[in-house]
Amino acid sequence: MTDRVYVFKAFERFWHWSQAGLIIFLLFTGFEIHGTYRALGFERAVSYHAIAAWSLVGLWIFAIFWHLTTGEWRHYIPTLDKITVIAKYYSSGIFRHEPHPFRPTLQNKHNPLQRLTYLLILTLLSPLLWITGWLMFFYAGWPAWGLGWLQLQWIATAHTIGAFLMLAFLISHLYLATTGHRITSQVKAMVTGWEEVA
Amino acid sequence: MKTALTRIALLMCCAGWLAAAGSALADEAKPEAKPLKLTTTADHTKFKELQREFKSGPEVTRACLACHTEAAGQIHRTKHWKWEYLNPDTQQVLGKKTIVNNFCISIASNQAACNSCHVGYGWKDNNFDFTSEENVDCIVCHDTTGNYTKPSGLAGNVVTKEMEFPPGSGKILKAIDLTKIAQKVGKSSRDTCGACHFFGGGGDGVKHGDLDSSMSAPEKALDVHMDATGLDFTCATCHKASSHDVAGSRYTPLAKDTKGAHVKGRADNGNPASCVACHGNGPHKKEVRLNEHTAKVACQTCHIPSYARGGIATKMTWDWSTAGQVDAEGKQITRKDAKGRITYESRKGDFTLAENVIPEYAWFNGHVQYTLLTDKIEKTDQRTPINKMGGSATDGKSLIWPMKVFRGAQPYDPVNKTLITPHTAGNDDTGFWKNLAWDKAIPVGMKDSGAPYSGKFEFINTEMTWPITHMVAPKEKALGCVDCHAKAGRLAGIEGVYLPGRDGSKLVDTAGWTIVLLTLAGVLGHGLLRVINRKNRGEPK
Repeated sequence: MTDRVYVFKAFERFWHWSQAGLIIFLLFTGFEIHGTYRALGFERAVSYHAIAAWSLVGLWIFAIFWHLTTGEWRHYIPTLDKITVIAKYYSSGIFRHEPHPFRPTLQNKHNPLQRLTYLLILTLLSPLLWITGWLMFFYAGWPAWGLGWLQLQWIATAHTIGAFLMLAFLISHLYLATTGHRITSQVKAMVTGWEEVA
Repeated sequence: MKTALTRIALLMCCAGWLAAAGSALADEAKPEAKPLKLTTTADHTKFKELQREFKSGPEVTRACLACHTEAAGQIHRTKHWKWEYLNPDTQQVLGKKTIVNNFCISIASNQAACNSCHVGYGWKDNNFDFTSEENVDCIVCHDTTGNYTKPSGLAGNVVTKEMEFPPGSGKILKAIDLTKIAQKVGKSSRDTCGACHFFGGGGDGVKHGDLDSSMSAPEKALDVHMDATGLDFTCATCHKASSHDVAGSRYTPLAKDTKGAHVKGRADNGNPASCVACHGNGPHKKEVRLNEHTAKVACQTCHIPSYARGGIATKMTWDWSTAGQVDAEGKQITRKDAKGRITYESRKGDFTLAENVIPEYAWFNGHVQYTLLTDKIEKTDQRTPINKMGGSATDGKSLIWPMKVFRGAQPYDPVNKTLITPHTAGNDDTGFWKNLAWDKAIPVGMKDSGAPYSGKFEFINTEMTWPITHMVAPKEKALGCVDCHAKAGRLAGIEGVYLPGRDGSKLVDTAGWTIVLLTLAGVLGHGLLRVINRKNRGEPK
């Protein structure tokens, strides 16, 4: 028997998947601009990267508004409560097929590890990427803004570091999505809003 | 029979009337066009002062000055007249009168030959009167006939009576018709400017690389602005003169124009000869991203993908040290390459030439420091810069510019540690081009320069840098992103700027991919353990 619980609202799901698509596309074009491989061609990679970046900015404006007005931002308040239980589950319990110690609810969607990770992504990694990316867009304007002392190299390197971290997050996130009640439970939840729980 | 004749006569009358009426109607519809597109309100053929015979250049000038009373005074204040320029930044006294280059080296003691390109008459030695009004040559810039020539060797004078020159050579210089030429004067043109500036360094395209006779009537592919069947710019369209002082300078170039497009009447309008003076600082309307490049890259870098594109080769190197070889009979020799271009002359040494040359690139801030005859230089493994171009990634005044770098070897005084100005041109016993004897040529030249000479000479490797700014290609031919944004692109040697696609931190890349791969390995290992455990327990999914 499985219970189902409604966790993710429509806008949240839309936000998640469009953001996922944009981030994957930004990684794909970004590493081409970085010179890692040739796929679209530098020129197209740059212009698509720009379009995707501005789309993501637009999406964030809506997402921030949504989080603030609905109070959903509370899901990212960090807590250390039961964090060791969760860590223990992933390091041993999961192999013994123990049930997941965390049960998501509409009031408490994320386990403590998720809370912490997403908070870091939203407040550190994402801003790192968009501030450095935005600066690179308006590179010629730096002196006029009193930022003439900035070196493009620092900004570009910081942006690259951000990209690697985002890629590492993406990989682990994709994997951890398979660790729900069933392998597909969490993906289904993000598609339909309903998560299967034990 | 009679009626037939009458009919024919009538028909002819009718035809004649129709024809006459037709032409009258046509005249009414289309007033008679002027024979020329007039760009002036004065027809110089109608001027009494010019309806006479002229025996010399100065005679013409006196006629010009009868009406244009202040013109000579204006010319007297210009570089074109003085061949002297005080660089306000470096306090160096420059100008053709003073500087030493690595082409024909110097005008000292060679004035009669070199100064055929002076906007004056009679500058044959250091006694030339720079206050003379009649010695100003108006026509060299204002000729429209193409017949006005100033043969080398005559100190800027013109030939009004057929003559043998050099005397005894059997070569005849033809006379030019000054009356006809004077009556047809007009605005300067690509041809008048080009008569000297296309041929700098002693031949077509030799010196600049981005200026040669192919620019006289270029196609759009060669120069979008001068395109003879298109925009048809003259030099003066950009190099706009004010009181006969022509804008634009190679001694104090404007490397980074931040002032935007000029607006008429504005006091801070600067040099009108920059790209920005018309196009502004953000000229890319469609690909706006490109405008960000203007903070670091000169327009010319992308828009002049190569120079010497008009089918005329430019000189790239000149080695004076090999000059002086003669054949078995002791005669001067000339060697040519497969394309018939001269690669060796006894009197000049070895050359290399090239067409469609990809420029070298460098940070440039407009600051140019010349190596003058008065400067002490040490001979080292490095080439001595004839003109040292200032610039860096961090000074805030530099852009990345395309350059022609002209390399050569030229005489050097190892005792006084100076460059040398040899006497080259001249039909005399000491001119190197005639007698191939450095020991005679150097003392004469150095004396004319007023510089000491130890009596010893060697050859020193030098280089001279020429910012490339002409031969602007159509935008479709401008450089693409990956010409520079690539590991081995055109800007591979440019330091101090981060180029996405070219640069990256090795450390960050290594660490980054390590983290990514460890993450991947971690999740795969974790997943594998889950699968194994599941199998061991024999549990269904």
